[in-house]
Amino acid sequence: MANNVNRVTTTVTADRRSQSGLRTRPSGNFFKAVSAVIWKDILAEYRSLELVSAMTVFSLLVIIIFNFALDLDIKMRQTVTAGVLWATFSFAGTLGLNRSMSVEKDRGCLDGLLLAPVDRSAIYFGKAISNLAFMLLVELIVLPVYSVLYGMNLFLPGLLMVILLGSIGYVGVGTLLATMSVQTRTRDVLLSILLFPVILPVLLPAIIASNGFLAGSALADILFPLAILIAYDVIFIAVAFMVFDNVVEE
Amino acid sequence: MQAKPVALKVLDIVSIILLGVSAYLALVFAPTELVMGNVQRVFYFHIGTAWTALLGFLLAAIFSVVYLINKDLKWDRYQVAAVEVSLVFFFITIILGSIWARPAWNTWWTWDPRLTTAAVTELIYIAYFMLRQGIDDPDRRARFGAVYALIGGISAPITFFAIRLFRTIHPVVIGGDNAAAQGGFAMTADMRVAFFFALFTFTIIFIDLYWNRTRLGDLENQVEQLKLKVTM
Repeated sequence: MANNVNRVTTTVTADRRSQSGLRTRPSGNFFKAVSAVIWKDILAEYRSLELVSAMTVFSLLVIIIFNFALDLDIKMRQTVTAGVLWATFSFAGTLGLNRSMSVEKDRGCLDGLLLAPVDRSAIYFGKAISNLAFMLLVELIVLPVYSVLYGMNLFLPGLLMVILLGSIGYVGVGTLLATMSVQTRTRDVLLSILLFPVILPVLLPAIIASNGFLAGSALADILFPLAILIAYDVIFIAVAFMVFDNVVEE
Repeated sequence: MQAKPVALKVLDIVSIILLGVSAYLALVFAPTELVMGNVQRVFYFHIGTAWTALLGFLLAAIFSVVYLINKDLKWDRYQVAAVEVSLVFFFITIILGSIWARPAWNTWWTWDPRLTTAAVTELIYIAYFMLRQGIDDPDRRARFGAVYALIGGISAPITFFAIRLFRTIHPVVIGGDNAAAQGGFAMTADMRVAFFFALFTFTIIFIDLYWNRTRLGDLENQVEQLKLKVTM
């Protein structure tokens, strides 16, 4: 009870502060809030290992299915590896995003986060960065496994950069859409339907750039897809930053 | 309940007449294209519906921004109307294009930037309606809808550029040249008449449908409020 009262008084002061035009808090506070959210997520994940283990197992299953669906013989591998990897990452990604946001919603944590007297976008960046960390972790597990299974070296600096850029765009939009989808009635099915059509501009250049690096093409040929990836990342993180308030408002 | 405005009734009738005239111009008046023959006549309505559909999607993205700034539910109703009408028009565009592509490209469908972007855009706005359906609270529905329409509206053009990484065979009839395009042609004066009339017709039809749909949205809103009053 006392806790609740405390919380309420903090929000009241926060409201008053924002009303008196002191909305822009010192940036140190913002980063503190972001890192607090990240730390909370990483700690929870470290203790339960729910998300990363589910995403990893699912990724391996998807690769096994692709192996038989596409008959990944030595010739085929050269051309479809990038596609298989990105399909795997994006399927596993929705699993992680859904879980990461529904945990917040189910246990009432989202309301708790919203009550905290910090800028709402700090919550967005915190969630997005921790989601990105989990996704990269899963990718770091899947890449060597794929390398071993198919005898291909996937640890090329260019490919790793594409995976990083692609994951940033994916998670940037995905976190925003997952926040919306968990608040709807059809939440379990909705995220992939919402996410995949708008994430296409990430997946296409990512696949082409990955293919380029795997085939050892000249950098000049890969620059255009890379430019699209970077542009997408910048545009959508900016948009998500601006509209995030609207998807958590009560 | 207020009666349908006279101007709207007149516009309904004008739209039907224009559609008839436009069909005559496209199917009879315009000369037959030499290479492709009669199937080229699909082009007039194909561009007419495509232009209005894109106009509607653009309006929807603008209404998103306006709604997110001033939070007036009126803009949400305008947005739903624009997306709904455009979704149907764009579907007609795709079907007409497919009918043309079968003889011209020898295939119903190809993964060309325009075609793919059109298909993805349809899926984005279908997802938009699925998102809205899952939310009961009107304010939240409007906020989420606006956010998603905005993201979709920005994403669709980037998809187009992204797919340009692949080769295209879609002809560019107006302003532009593509050496790899198949099925392009130059318009004669009579074709231009039919073409611009079709553009004009579909713009009027779009305005008419849009007006009817926003009126329906307003009435729905009134019904909802009256229901609330009764249950209170």
